[in-house]
Amino acid sequence: MEIYRTEITDGVSLTYLRSYKFKTACMSVSLLTQLSRETAAMNALIPFVLRRGTMRYPDMDAISAKLDELYGTAIEPIVRRFGEIQTVGFYASFPEGDFLPGYKSVLNETAELMGQLLLAPNTKGGLLLPEYVDSEREKMLDAIRSVVNDKRSYAVKRCLEEMCCYEDFAVGRYGGEDECDNIRYKTLTRQYREILKTSPIEIFYCGRDHREDVVQALKDAFFSLPRGEINYDIGTDVRMNAVEDTPRYAEDRMNVTQGKLVMGFRLGQSMEEPDFAALNVFNCVFGSGSSSKLFMNVREKLSLCYYASSALNTHKGLLIVSSGIDFDKFDQTRDEIFKQLEEVKNGNFTEDEFASAKAGVVSELRSYMDVPSALESFYLAQTLRGLDYGPMEMAEMADEVTREQVQAIAGCVECDMIYFLRNGEDEDDVDSED
Amino acid sequence: MSTVKTEYKKIDECIYSSVLLNGLKVTVIPKKDFNSFYAVLAVDYGGAKRKFKLDGKTVTTPAGVAHYLEHKMFDMPDGDNALTTLTNNGADPNAFTSGDMTAYYFQCTEKFEENLRLLLRFVTTPYFTEETVDKERGIIAQEILMGEDNPGIAIYYNLLRLLYDHHPVRDRVAGTVKSIEKITAQTLYDCHRAFYRPANMALCVEGNVDVDEIVRIAEEEVHGERGSAPEANYGKDEGVLPVKTYKKAVMPVSAPQFLIGSKFIPEPSGIPLLRQDLVSSLAMRLLVGQSSPFYTRLYKSGLLNRDFDYEVDFTAQTGTVIIGGESCDPEKVLEEYKAELERVSREGFDEKSFELAKRASLGARLRGLEDFENVCIAVVSGAFDGYKALDSMELSTQITKEECEAFVRENLTADRLAISVIDSGDKK
Repeated sequence: MEIYRTEITDGVSLTYLRSYKFKTACMSVSLLTQLSRETAAMNALIPFVLRRGTMRYPDMDAISAKLDELYGTAIEPIVRRFGEIQTVGFYASFPEGDFLPGYKSVLNETAELMGQLLLAPNTKGGLLLPEYVDSEREKMLDAIRSVVNDKRSYAVKRCLEEMCCYEDFAVGRYGGEDECDNIRYKTLTRQYREILKTSPIEIFYCGRDHREDVVQALKDAFFSLPRGEINYDIGTDVRMNAVEDTPRYAEDRMNVTQGKLVMGFRLGQSMEEPDFAALNVFNCVFGSGSSSKLFMNVREKLSLCYYASSALNTHKGLLIVSSGIDFDKFDQTRDEIFKQLEEVKNGNFTEDEFASAKAGVVSELRSYMDVPSALESFYLAQTLRGLDYGPMEMAEMADEVTREQVQAIAGCVECDMIYFLRNGEDEDDVDSED
Repeated sequence: MSTVKTEYKKIDECIYSSVLLNGLKVTVIPKKDFNSFYAVLAVDYGGAKRKFKLDGKTVTTPAGVAHYLEHKMFDMPDGDNALTTLTNNGADPNAFTSGDMTAYYFQCTEKFEENLRLLLRFVTTPYFTEETVDKERGIIAQEILMGEDNPGIAIYYNLLRLLYDHHPVRDRVAGTVKSIEKITAQTLYDCHRAFYRPANMALCVEGNVDVDEIVRIAEEEVHGERGSAPEANYGKDEGVLPVKTYKKAVMPVSAPQFLIGSKFIPEPSGIPLLRQDLVSSLAMRLLVGQSSPFYTRLYKSGLLNRDFDYEVDFTAQTGTVIIGGESCDPEKVLEEYKAELERVSREGFDEKSFELAKRASLGARLRGLEDFENVCIAVVSGAFDGYKALDSMELSTQITKEECEAFVRENLTADRLAISVIDSGDKK
């Protein structure tokens, strides 16, 4: 696999991966911005409004018809949060020419349409159409509110909000509901022009087309990009310690049949000079996958829950444990989760468990090479961390991780927030009816 | 016994299929340049096969047995758990049970042969004790309860209960906390013996592998006599009209969720079934897909948002067409859907849209081929239904506009529709 990085124009970088393995190519464009309550909702809304219509393809019917014509090419808005960096843009996946009638690549047309979507929206008097802005704002509000429909993700989101209440990270990737509700077309147009001018832009391509052809297609598609002073001063504030001496507690009540316990931890000193391979191995030993401490003990041995697993946010330096339990198992599950973390810290995990965790991390990283979208997000995350090695290199590093490194990370981890979603009436709601 | 090679030149794929002497169907898809290996061993047995004839007697099993069995299959007689062993090898193993299939699978990048042998061995080695079966009850009960808080699951089964009077697809695959109470080690042994026979199973492997080697491993690891599994009895014919047409439930959701469904009579098997699958999917793409006038109009008017999708489902001799998502006014969406069905039945599809939809579905199919899991599950499912899944690439180019129109006209009439709604009960 050939990999190559270059600058397309001022502040616009391309990561190019040549691969003949796939039948579908992918291309993404991401504007990098600092996550903040004031702008997050606006930034998130921008690609959705842009996707409604361009100068040449004025409405979604015209865009859809064009995409169908390009053999089902998909171009969708993509909004992500890497720590406190918010990225907004588009992700395209399109069939390789080798499999199409006439063997004709659709690279140029896809790049052109991406450029159109980003740079040449359907406007009136230089302003985004109020009709599109209002309509997409309402749909974004639906999306923000819909998190509650999946109790597991809702509980995790609520835990993060409470835990990071003094940090910008508490703002979700789509921004806050109130901020979203206040968006109008004039301010949104201003913000759109602003991020277009000042955001560093990352482009990713993975497919069969030649490097020169891809670079040329992108130069043509983005030639009218207005560039001002690029704001490279973006990043994540990593808080090393818990906010208080003992973990804070928060709960919500809702009409549910199963409780959701979420525990938020800081990765502490291990974020000083983070070793991402070791962090992933630690996470696997502790709580990710079916050979982890949490799975083997909280679920298999004690049958306390249907799921109990941990996930890392290595950008922000967080470890989140989430679990679905009976309401009366709260104390027991919480204590068992703490106990298992202590076990990892004290090195009470077998050679098999350790080897299994490493093998799991290695295998997952190696498998990224087989999935274009996984490569895309891996390389974008690496760029944001200021690293340039690929999944295969990280897999090698994971294979070298020692038990001592894993124990040391477990020793740094500090619980900051315990959140419980339980049954019953929400007291706040009861009060508000007075 | 010989291995048959089928080449699909246009999509640069080659598959090898074989049936072992004991009846196990084996399909291998070699992929040279990939790190990942994927293997699935599937059983033609799922949650809907609850009533069947065994040794001349009619047996009725409680809801949730197939799923319970899936959970317990990982236990090995030597005290090991196959899930743990596979995970220790760095593999990512899992399993699922649907209405008519139980599938055990893993993905890995190392130790493929060892993992494959283990997969074949644990699925064909039943080992249950009353103690281990009892212990699992709590975990499965939690899984069932978790589903009860899931609006997606609730709304889906509410719809199936509107559409189906007695067919077991109307019940949750996992059963209920009550129905699983009666399941014992003996129940699991009986069902394993009845259904986990080589001739009732299919293996599909994709990755950088040697075809003969895979067939040899399967021969070595999968024992058992040839012999067919019992026919399931789904009860008397359901007809095509819904039992009831409207059901609303209250759950804490952010906005009303809805599913609109209808049933149709599926082709029994083989190419006619695959063709019906392709025709119905293309018809639905034209009718309510992203580029359809129906979707774009309702999206713009605010009746629909991005959370909208459609599906044609074939399970245990049922065929169901479902559209659904989120809407401030689900009843209005139903009205619009009815009007659109009527219009299309009358006017047919637009020639140009039809050609574009076919183009778009080609790209979507190519994208589907990237995902080993997606391909392998389609292959075993096809093996049970008597067709080769990859034949769909060529077959889909032959679908005509008239076929799609006929599907809509014959199967999607207003009297067949039922709607299931969930909202939060708040008066706005």
